[in-house]
Amino acid sequence: MLMWVFLGSECMFFGTLLATYLIYYGQGLPGTPTPGEILDIPTTSVSTFVLLMSSLMMVLAYSSISRGNVKNFRIWILCTALLGSTFLGFQIFEFTEFAHEGLTPKTNLFGTTFFTLTGFHGAHVTVGVIWLLSLFGYSFKGDLTKDGGLNVDLVALYWHFVDIVWIVIFTVVYLIGVTNG
Amino acid sequence: MASIAGALRRPYNPTGVWRWMTTVDHKKIGVLYGVSSFIFFLFGGLEALIMRIQLARAGQDIVSPEVFSQLFTMHALTMIFLGVMPLSAAFFNLMVPLMIGARDVAFPRLNAFSYWLFLFGAILLQSGWFLGGSPNVGWFAYAPLTSSSFSPGNGMEFYIVGLGVLGISSVAAALNFIVTIINMRAPGMSLMRMPVFIWMTLITSFLLITAFPVITVGLIELYFDRTFGMNFFNPDAGADVVLWQHLFWVFGHPEVYILILPAMGIVSEVLPTFSRKPLFGYSVVVLSGITIGFMGWAVWSHHMFTVGLGPIANSVFAITTMSIAVPTAVKIFNWIATMWGGSINIKTPMLFAIGFVGMFIIGGLSGVMHSIAPADAQQQDTYFVVAHIHYVLFGGSIFAIFSGIYYWFPKASGRMLNERIGQIHFWLVTIGFNMAFFPMHFLGLDGMPRRQYTYQTEMGWDFWNLISTMGSLILGIGILVFLHNFFRSLRHGEIAGNDPWDGRTLEWSISSPPPEYNFATIPTVHGRDAFWEEKYGHDGMTVPVVPAGVEANNDAADSHHGIHMPSPSYMPMIAAIGLSVAGYGLIYHFAASVVGASITLVAIFGWAMEPSAEPTNAEGDS
Amino acid sequence: MAIPTVITQFYISEPPAGDQLTINVVAHQWWWDIKYPESGVITANELHVPVGTTINVEMTSNDVIHSFWVPKLAGKLDIMPGKTTSLWFRADEVGEYFGQCAEFCGESHAWMKFRVFAEPIAEFEAWQQKQLANAANPTTAEETQGASTFVAKGCIACHSISGVLGAAGVIGPNLTHLGGRSTIAAGVMDMNQDNLRKWLTDPNEIKPGNIMSNSPVSLAYTNPNFALTTEDINNLVAFLHSLK
Repeated sequence: MLMWVFLGSECMFFGTLLATYLIYYGQGLPGTPTPGEILDIPTTSVSTFVLLMSSLMMVLAYSSISRGNVKNFRIWILCTALLGSTFLGFQIFEFTEFAHEGLTPKTNLFGTTFFTLTGFHGAHVTVGVIWLLSLFGYSFKGDLTKDGGLNVDLVALYWHFVDIVWIVIFTVVYLIGVTNG
Repeated sequence: MASIAGALRRPYNPTGVWRWMTTVDHKKIGVLYGVSSFIFFLFGGLEALIMRIQLARAGQDIVSPEVFSQLFTMHALTMIFLGVMPLSAAFFNLMVPLMIGARDVAFPRLNAFSYWLFLFGAILLQSGWFLGGSPNVGWFAYAPLTSSSFSPGNGMEFYIVGLGVLGISSVAAALNFIVTIINMRAPGMSLMRMPVFIWMTLITSFLLITAFPVITVGLIELYFDRTFGMNFFNPDAGADVVLWQHLFWVFGHPEVYILILPAMGIVSEVLPTFSRKPLFGYSVVVLSGITIGFMGWAVWSHHMFTVGLGPIANSVFAITTMSIAVPTAVKIFNWIATMWGGSINIKTPMLFAIGFVGMFIIGGLSGVMHSIAPADAQQQDTYFVVAHIHYVLFGGSIFAIFSGIYYWFPKASGRMLNERIGQIHFWLVTIGFNMAFFPMHFLGLDGMPRRQYTYQTEMGWDFWNLISTMGSLILGIGILVFLHNFFRSLRHGEIAGNDPWDGRTLEWSISSPPPEYNFATIPTVHGRDAFWEEKYGHDGMTVPVVPAGVEANNDAADSHHGIHMPSPSYMPMIAAIGLSVAGYGLIYHFAASVVGASITLVAIFGWAMEPSAEPTNAEGDS
Repeated sequence: MAIPTVITQFYISEPPAGDQLTINVVAHQWWWDIKYPESGVITANELHVPVGTTINVEMTSNDVIHSFWVPKLAGKLDIMPGKTTSLWFRADEVGEYFGQCAEFCGESHAWMKFRVFAEPIAEFEAWQQKQLANAANPTTAEETQGASTFVAKGCIACHSISGVLGAAGVIGPNLTHLGGRSTIAAGVMDMNQDNLRKWLTDPNEIKPGNIMSNSPVSLAYTNPNFALTTEDINNLVAFLHSLK
C-alpha cells in the first residue's frame, strides 16, 4: 500500500515537471532549436518499445516468482534490467546528439524543460535498474517467494509506473511536439 | 554469510543515547520530534523578538537590512517547517497508534528515518547562519530575486536543499501514517469511528504527499537555474517569473492546511473531553475536514491577487477562497456546539482550546477580508497579512499545540503539568499574543508594508509598533513560564495515572506512560469515543466500570506478554546522515553528494537486508 | 460578498473609457524610472498628474519583482521583469500622495519610495514644459565647477542630464531636473542641500547595497583615483541643487 501512495506522490512530481514543460511550450527564443526540428521519432519509438518490452519482462518475472520458480524469475528480471539499461543507453545517446546539434539545458526554454523532465525520468529508471539487479542478486541468497513475492510486486509496481510516465512523456513531448513543430 | 549478518546485526539492547538514536518506537520518536521542534520554535521566537525590538521605534538600526532580511526569512521557515510541522508530527507519532489501538506505525524504521532526516535537514537549514549567510529573500522566495545574479552566495542553496531534505522527511512520514491509519486500526474501528484527530492526520498526510512534490519541482528548477544556468525563471530567455509563484503557492496553500488541520484535530479531542460531551456533528466535522483538504487546492492564487493575473483569475480565486471559509466555519460552529450545554471543566488544555476557537475566528475573519480581491490590493504585502497569518498560525496552530501538550503530557510522561503555572502561561501568552498581533491589523490598513527593516517616524506607525513589541515580550515571558512548567513537572509533577482527564479515546485505557507494546490485548471497538463507551456504556453517565481489558493493559511494563516489538536499527539514522551529506554536497561540492548518496544506498541495502530481530545475546549469533 | 468583489475586480482591471494619460514606469532596485510617452518627459521617483484625469500606469521591471503602491490612490500591483502590468488610478483631489514599493526586492526595499503630486491641469502642464527643457545652465562658480566634476568623476556613466554634454547614462535616475524634485533617493529624504550632501558623501549609508556605492562602474565610489573630495561634493551639491 505504501508503494501505491508513494506512486501517487510521484504522479504529482512528474505532473508538475510536465506542467512546467507545457507552460513553456513554444516559448523558446527564436533561432534556437524547437521540438519539431530536433526530436527524432523513429529512434525514440524504438526506445519506447524497448521500455514497454521491459515491462512485459517484469510481468513474467513476477509471475515466475509468485509461482515459486526462482530460476525463471532470475532470467526475466535480468531481461527487465537489461532492457531498462538499453533504454537508458538510448537516452544518453539522444542527449549527446542533441548537445551536438545545439540543444543543451541552457540553450532555451525547450532545452531546459525537456532535459529536466526526461532527465528525471531517466534517473527514476536508473534507480529501478539498480533495484532490479539487487533483487537478482538477492535471489541467490534469500527467499523472494515469501509473502507471495511481495518484494517483487513492489518493484513491479514501480517499474510499470516509470513505464507509464514514459508513455505520457513520449506522447506529450515527442508526438505532439513534432506534429506542432 | 555470517559476516554479512554480523555486519548488519541490529543493536543489542541499547541504552542511553544509543537507545534514542536507534529507536523505532513511535512514542520515543514522538518525544524526539517534540523536543527538537520546540527548540527550533524557540529559535524562531528569538528571531521574531529581534525583529520586534528593531521595529519598536522608527529609524532604528539595531540590525542591518541584510541581517533583518535573513531574520524574517528564517523566522518564517523555522516556525513553519521546524516548528509547527514537526510539533504536529510529534503528536502524530505519540498518539496515532495509541488512538487507533495499534502497537506501532506501519513502518517503524521509516518513521525513525523521517525523524532523523528532519533533524539533519533542520540543522542544514539553520547552518546557513554560520556558513556565510542564511537565505534572505523571504520565505516564499520569489524569482528572480532568488537567481544567482540577485542572490549570490549560498543562502539560497541552504533554502533549496534544506526544504528539499525536509520535504523528503515529511513525505516519508505522511506515507507511513496513511498506511498505518488505513491498515492498522483496531478491530471494530471503522473509518467513521476514528477519533477526529486521526481523520485530520490522515487528511494532512494526503496533503503532504501531494503538495510537497510540487515545491520539490520548483526547488529543483531554481537549483538548476542557479547551478547550471538553465532558464526556468530567466526572463531573458522568455521564461515567466510568475511560474515560481504558481509552483510555490500550489504547494503553499495546501501547506497552510497541513499546518492547521492537525491543530483542529487536537481541539476536536480536547473540547469534548473537557465538556464531557461527544463532539457535536462528528460526521460533519470529518466531512468539512475532507472538503477543506480538497478545496485547499483550488485557492492558491489568492496569494497572487496583486500579480496582475487578470480580473477573471482574480474573481475565480476570490470566490473559491470565500467558499473555503464555509467548511471552516462549519467546524467552528460544531466546536461551539460541543461546548454548549456541556459540563465545562476549565483546565489548561481547555483554556488553550477555547483560546484557539476565539483566535482562529479572528484570523479567519481577516482571511475572508483578504479574499475580497480588490480589497486585498490594499492589504497584500502589509502588516494586515502578518496579523492574519499569526492569528491563524499562532492563535490557531500553536494554541492548539499547547492544548495538546497539556492534554497529552500526562500520557507520555506519567506526570501532570502543573495546573496553576499552566494558567499563568495561558494568560501571559493570550495577552501577549493579542497585544503583539492585533495592532498589526491597524498598521497594515495604515499602509505599513511587510519586510521593511525600519520605517520613518513621519508615517505615524510608532505607537502601534511599540505596543506590538511590548506584547511580543510578554508572549516570550509566557513561553518561558511554560518551559519552567515543563521541566519542573517532569520531576515533580503529580502522578497522572491512566486517565487523568476522564478521557473518551483509547489512549486513556492504558498506563501513563504506555508500555513499549502499547496494548497487551488489542481492544475491540464498538463505537466512537471507544474508551468512554467502555467506561460508561451506552447510556452515558453511569458509574464507570473498568472492564477486564483495561486492567490487563496495566500490567507492569517490563513483562512483554510474548509480544515482539520491532527491533531498534542503525539504518534509518545512517540513511538520513547520507542524505544530509549529499545535501551539503549539492551546496558545496558534488563529490560530497556522491559520498552521501553512497552512504544512503548502503544504508538502504542494510535496511532491506538486516535481520528482523535483534540478536538474542551479546555476540550476535542468532 | 462575492458579487461586489467580482464587480469591483473587473472595474479596477481596465481603466474607464475616456481620456487618459499614460505613464511608463520601470522599477529598478531601488528607484523608479518614470517616463511620459506622450510628451517625452523623463524623470524619476516622482509622478505629477493632473487632477481628475484617468492615469494609466504601464510598468515593467529592470531586475526583480517590485510593486507599485500609492495607498491613498489605488491598490497595489506587482511589477515584473519580462512582462508589463498596468493599473489605473484617478486623483480626485489636489495633493501630495506617498507611494512605496510593496514587494520585497532586496536590501533597500524599505527605502524604495516615491511621491505622486496631483495638481490642477494648468500647473501640471507647466511642470511638463519645465521637465522637457534642458537643464538650467550653471550660474555661480561653484555650480560650474560642479558641472565639470559631474563629468570628470564619471557620474555620466550612469546618469543623464539633458544639456550636459556626454551625460547620457541610463543605469541610474535621470537628473536633469533633480533640484526641482521634492525628495532624494526615491522618496527617502527631502530635497535640500544638506541631504544632497549626505547622499553624495555616502550613498550606502542611506540605501545599503545600492549600485552607486558598490558597482565598479561607479568610479567615484569604488575607484580611489576618482574619489570625491569635500570640495567636489560641495560643488556637486550646488550644481545638482540648481537643476530645477
